[in-house]
Amino acid sequence: MQLTAWTYEGPPHVGAMRVATAMAGVHLVLHAPQGDTYADLLFTMIERRDHRPPVTFTTFQARDLGADTAELFRGAVREAAARFRPEALLVGASCTAELLQDDPGGLASTLGLSMPVVPLELPSYSRKENWGAAETFYQVVRHLVDRSRRAPPRDGRRPRANLLGPAALGFRHRDDVAEVRGLLDELGVEVHVVAPLGARAADIARLGEADLNILLYPEIGDAAARFLERTFRQPTVRTVPIGHGATIAFMREVAGHLGLDPEPALERAARRARLPWWSRSVDSTYLTGKRVFVFGDATHAVAIARVARDEIGFEVVGLGCYNREFAREVRAAAAEFGIEPTITDDWLEVEARIAELQPELVLGTQMERMIAKRLRIPCTVISAPVHVQDFPARYSPVMGFEGANVLFDTIVHPLVMGLEEHLLMMFREDFEFRDEAGPSHLATAVAPSSEPSRPAVVAAARAPVWTAEAEAELKKIPFFVRGKARRNTEAFATERGLDCITVETLYDAKSHFAR
Amino acid sequence: MGMLAASGPCTRPVLKERGQREVFCGLTGIVWLHRKLQDAFFLVVGSRTCAHLLQSAAGVMIFAEPRFATAVLEEKDLAGLADAHDELDGVVARLIERRPDVRLLFLVGSCPSEVIKLDLDKAAKRLDARWAPRGTRVLSWSGSGIETTFTQGEDNCLASLVPECPAAQGPGLLVAGALPDVVEDRLRDLLARLGIPPAFLPPRRSGDLPPIGPGTRVLLAQPFLSETAAALERRGARVLEAPFPFGAEGTTAWLHAAARAFGVEEMHFRAVVAPGRERAKRAIARHRPLLEGRRVFFLPDSQLEIPLARFLWEECGMVPVEVGTPWLHQRFHGPDLERLPPSARIAEGQDVDRQLDRLRADRPDLTVCGLGLANPLEAQGFTTKWSIELVFSPIHGFDQAGDLAELFARPLRRRALLASLAPGEPAACS
Repeated sequence: MQLTAWTYEGPPHVGAMRVATAMAGVHLVLHAPQGDTYADLLFTMIERRDHRPPVTFTTFQARDLGADTAELFRGAVREAAARFRPEALLVGASCTAELLQDDPGGLASTLGLSMPVVPLELPSYSRKENWGAAETFYQVVRHLVDRSRRAPPRDGRRPRANLLGPAALGFRHRDDVAEVRGLLDELGVEVHVVAPLGARAADIARLGEADLNILLYPEIGDAAARFLERTFRQPTVRTVPIGHGATIAFMREVAGHLGLDPEPALERAARRARLPWWSRSVDSTYLTGKRVFVFGDATHAVAIARVARDEIGFEVVGLGCYNREFAREVRAAAAEFGIEPTITDDWLEVEARIAELQPELVLGTQMERMIAKRLRIPCTVISAPVHVQDFPARYSPVMGFEGANVLFDTIVHPLVMGLEEHLLMMFREDFEFRDEAGPSHLATAVAPSSEPSRPAVVAAARAPVWTAEAEAELKKIPFFVRGKARRNTEAFATERGLDCITVETLYDAKSHFAR
Repeated sequence: MGMLAASGPCTRPVLKERGQREVFCGLTGIVWLHRKLQDAFFLVVGSRTCAHLLQSAAGVMIFAEPRFATAVLEEKDLAGLADAHDELDGVVARLIERRPDVRLLFLVGSCPSEVIKLDLDKAAKRLDARWAPRGTRVLSWSGSGIETTFTQGEDNCLASLVPECPAAQGPGLLVAGALPDVVEDRLRDLLARLGIPPAFLPPRRSGDLPPIGPGTRVLLAQPFLSETAAALERRGARVLEAPFPFGAEGTTAWLHAAARAFGVEEMHFRAVVAPGRERAKRAIARHRPLLEGRRVFFLPDSQLEIPLARFLWEECGMVPVEVGTPWLHQRFHGPDLERLPPSARIAEGQDVDRQLDRLRADRPDLTVCGLGLANPLEAQGFTTKWSIELVFSPIHGFDQAGDLAELFARPLRRRALLASLAPGEPAACS
């Protein structure tokens, strides 16, 4: 039994729903109890989809358990097949139905349906959402791909690539696909099939006709990519184009497989790349060495950590992921950064790690946003699990050159700008600038009476006492770093067994923590 | 399969349906119950799905360590129940150590815990014996989808509290059903002015459980409390039957049932109730022009459907086309049901695809439905009201009557405001 307050991933059948919902013309029948239909709202509310997910639930209740739940399932499959007439039917069970052992795949295969049936095994008590999505996509490909359709000789035709992995409820998948299409277009490569997002059964059938596969989201597409590699000898591009450097490496890797010269395309595409100059321009100097904590799914976390260090100039002090299936990639990256990886799906453990490391910026999921808000650390969301905020109306990919531009903006925006920081330091003694004074242009604004209470997780057992002079000195420090100065000083004093914090202690601590 | 059948003492036909039910399970109630019971912790013994549901239903995550969690069953827990009980004891010990402020711990049963027959009543008794001497009571109830539909989780939770309530010595009024504090305070004040100061179930703190006995008369504040009502009656209390306290008329009738039971003078009753009733009528009247004559369709969700349809029909002039409810309790829903027009189709249970066929044929002006259906229906040109908002928002009593009407008027107003964004669609209101 695992005690769980918040969870990064849903159960595997939600992963199956993400694949079915992403595709067109397929239908999923889930053997599941009443209440499991809650998952529909993830798609209709978080992603604002204007169609119900193509999913039928048997929604059995206690009174059905004594009767024949297998017949209930057969009835649901027959009705769904007749009503929705899908091109392919997926069948599986959620956690409770798994315990009934009704064998959805076996039951559906006896019904003599006119469309192909894809049976799914989704072990709910050992696996999670991303695994379920990957397994579903793999089974869909394995059952529906036409093994006789292979890439014809090039003979002057444009090379073709499949884009694998984008799904429903993905972090910026919609815009990443558009951006990567643009990159491939610059290279003269045609997008053959995007799957599962937007693919029909007929598109899955023709996957083997592409010259190579591009694995955009390994968490969802890796198993299918490996299968295609084995079956059709298609090479797989595994560089994920998140960040400026990674995008260049990605284009070179694609071109290398296809015997193309990437340089003219890179030159054209790089004209849209603003990150390099934005980052090098002097106003960005203040970003140097800011300590960041990066957490998310393994692919996004590793890619964003590289951007943070190599393209923004941050110091990566923490790196981790919640999906253990890809822990190896994160461990390797953490070793490269010379830090300890945080591999856990326990939100409380991530919170403790962030509190301990005291980064100046958190790049994480919506769950880390929650932690960071509590610890009063700025935060930018860089990975699923998704929230309604992660589906902006505007175009905002994280892949490709435009994605790097978007990353620069979104990573930097929660921080106080460099010049502002200098001005705040310069004017900190000014009578109308102290935060007690309130905004000078709002004469009636009520000044905040005291500092907001500190989060419980960092409260020490026996906190040292501040002298009045030290407390007054602390108030001279700009408000947005005051909390950190207080914490650092207290940690410094506690470590040295001091009961009392004087002005001297404050400055001793400052020099101790200075880089 | 749908069929029309006469049901109970009220002889109007009810369409009974069995098929896919697009509803929440009872665990969802934890989202509002944990706000109400401020020293209680809700530990679901279930699967990752349960944890995911709670997180999704909470919508915006709460910026704190919440007072609910899931003990997620793993493969080894399924192998041996004895081990599962040991594991649970360990989880509870860690939890209480981490949250010593918790005075009442609910073990909440789920679909998987019930299918594997993990006896949480037994576990609660064992854990209560261990932890009650140290200041934390342990009780259990089921919020599983196989046993409960959405608000029935609250019903089971309150029913689990009833045996723990102290014995009442004399007569008294009890209001049952979790209400937002603002609503509770207004109702307490009104009833006190009638001379019948009420107790509330649930209380805000677990140490303040209301006394119950043969002299206790109960007003149900929510229409989904049949198990709680039965538990109260087993302790000798009597449940008063009345329309539910929505709008000017519903609230008056509800209060009147208590006034009659406690022999309050009719003149005194009218004098106390009149100002609030008039205020409610004025507040509703502001929204009536937009609602009057509009046709409304309820999909089953919370069991609030029949009382709310009564409010919309009698007090706002809306025309109920279909009123779906997950369960129809003739005894408690009867007083509202008998005031609905004969033209309203009453449906119990659900077969969601068939119901959507009827909806598309009926083309109502307003559809009250769950979040999974709202955007898809909006995209087809239907104007929708999220039913879950009716469960989370303060809507009971005189002073919320205007807000309640506004909840139904807002989607219609909004569609009219944004008509230019959906060319070709008929405007919902002119």
